[in-house]
Amino acid sequence: MNIEFADVSVKKGEVTVLQDISIRLSERRIGVIGRNGSGKSTFARLFNGIEVPTSGKMLLDGVPERKNLRRHVGFVFQNPDNQIVYPIVEEDLAFGLKNLKLSRNETEDRIADAMRRLGIDHLRNRLTHQLSGGEKQMIALVGVLVMRPRMIVFDEPTTLLDLWNKQKFMATINDLPQHVVVVSHDLELLRGFDRILHIEAGRIVADGNPVSVLDNYIASSQC
Amino acid sequence: MLTDLYIFADSPLHRTRPGIKIGVLVLFCTLLFVFEGWVTLALGGVAVALCLALSGLRARHVVATLRPAVWILLAIFLVQSYLVDILFASFVVFRFAVLILAATVVTATTRTSEMVDGILAGLQFAPSWVPKNQIALGVSLCLRFIPLVLSVFHDVRQAQRARGLDRNLTALLVPLVVRTLKTADEVAQAIHARSFD
Amino acid sequence: MAGLQVESRTVLETRDVVFIALFAAIVASLAAFPPITLPLAGVPITAQSLGVMLAGGVIGAVRGGLALVLFLVLVATGLPLLPGGRGGFGVFLGPTGGFLIGWVFAAFAIGYMTERLWHRLNYVLAFTICVLGGVVLLYAIGVPWVAFVAKIPLSTALTGSLSFVPGDIVKALIAAGVIMTVKRSYPIIQPKAEADSAGRSGRPE
Repeated sequence: MNIEFADVSVKKGEVTVLQDISIRLSERRIGVIGRNGSGKSTFARLFNGIEVPTSGKMLLDGVPERKNLRRHVGFVFQNPDNQIVYPIVEEDLAFGLKNLKLSRNETEDRIADAMRRLGIDHLRNRLTHQLSGGEKQMIALVGVLVMRPRMIVFDEPTTLLDLWNKQKFMATINDLPQHVVVVSHDLELLRGFDRILHIEAGRIVADGNPVSVLDNYIASSQC
Repeated sequence: MLTDLYIFADSPLHRTRPGIKIGVLVLFCTLLFVFEGWVTLALGGVAVALCLALSGLRARHVVATLRPAVWILLAIFLVQSYLVDILFASFVVFRFAVLILAATVVTATTRTSEMVDGILAGLQFAPSWVPKNQIALGVSLCLRFIPLVLSVFHDVRQAQRARGLDRNLTALLVPLVVRTLKTADEVAQAIHARSFD
Repeated sequence: MAGLQVESRTVLETRDVVFIALFAAIVASLAAFPPITLPLAGVPITAQSLGVMLAGGVIGAVRGGLALVLFLVLVATGLPLLPGGRGGFGVFLGPTGGFLIGWVFAAFAIGYMTERLWHRLNYVLAFTICVLGGVVLLYAIGVPWVAFVAKIPLSTALTGSLSFVPGDIVKALIAAGVIMTVKRSYPIIQPKAEADSAGRSGRPE
């Protein structure tokens, strides 16, 4: 699959958050880096239509899309507390599927399958607010996975995790069959990716393989 | 915090559908007011006592339910005794006790989850302009938010204690409200991202 | 986005439902805040009715009112969300049931006045609004209710309730400060006049 930004700008009030972004993305593993306030969170939110362009278009496989982007692209937030809607794990996982109007059997199968795949079946009947940070992030991911998106966007998914959960969560991301876009300040985690975008002041200032983009980014922070 | 006032037992009342229990309760209260008098009240009292016995509630449950109302009931009793007479004062206070205990029978024999499911099931029959999905979402979200708000509250209180402001309600409430509003905004985005509309 | 039509112009969106649920939860959580006894009146006051003022003053009339409806529905289902762990149907049938029902109207009224005066809102106005909605209107509903169900004269019921007024004034003082600070740092209310001229802007969608 490929996603294309055609002359996309986003303005919030008087402020231009993203300016004239034109780019075509078809790689499986894409990393996004940039300083705080650079516009990368807004950039990430364009992928599944949480944010909509003030001007310009989003194209999915060459076709302009607005409302349907979220059917194809899932989104995992930095803080899983903001993503978990229901008090019980199982109910929460069923939420997105209910919105897709799937049958009870299909819902059941998808939840069981996704939980087994990530090895967290035992969390099924737990209260969501009693889970640890790492467990919550896993549940947030499963809630998106069960909807079987073709691409998943992660906005700083490891910021709130300890070293162990961070490694585990990144390994999980790397094993996903879907296309993934990961926004992160954790540069080491993006080393094995196919393509890195560096966003600064609302524009893409560097675009290429991890070695060149990440090393330049680190160098630019040191002067 | 989120344990309901349900009292575990197996009785015919526990097995009755919540909708029926609520309907009977409303009817019961209305009858007590429409046919006002010692006879109806006495009959009502006997009926409630029977239900209490049937549902397996103990005397300590009855005391626990009435205790929060004791002071205001005592005040009403004194005022009525002064204004009218002791007989009338007893009537008014006794009627409150019967009403509160009748409601307790329903609360103690129905789980909150059953009650919520009952509401949501009832919504199926509501006319189409009622936003059923939004109501269901609101109920679930609120149950999800209560522990979240309490934990933010706890965090904020610790942070303000470090600055000696933990008895200052404004210093506690402003960060609590602003932080949870931001959370709520992102929750709304997340709900949208998961195809709800 | 599909949603409930309120009046003919405002629509309840997902974001509104989330705010309603949040404030129902905030009101519930305030029951856990330890009661403070005022030296003057000697009556314990709880922070919960502060939440009623905040609901109206922070998220506005319709959403604030509905937040209190949602809260009361959850109380009725048997959750112990009132101070001292009270809850269930019984609380509405007791003598003070009118004050609980009155919360819905108080939050709506506070929200309505706040929306109307949004651009001119200052601390004194916000305090006045909280007193009008959270004390005057609330007592106008709660006091006759007590008088009716307890069969006592209105004047007696009013005198009996007056001891709670100082506590409620203190709450209005605090609520006004919170409402003004939140207005500056993270405003939620879209004032009516502005919405008319600029359309419903400022939201993604």
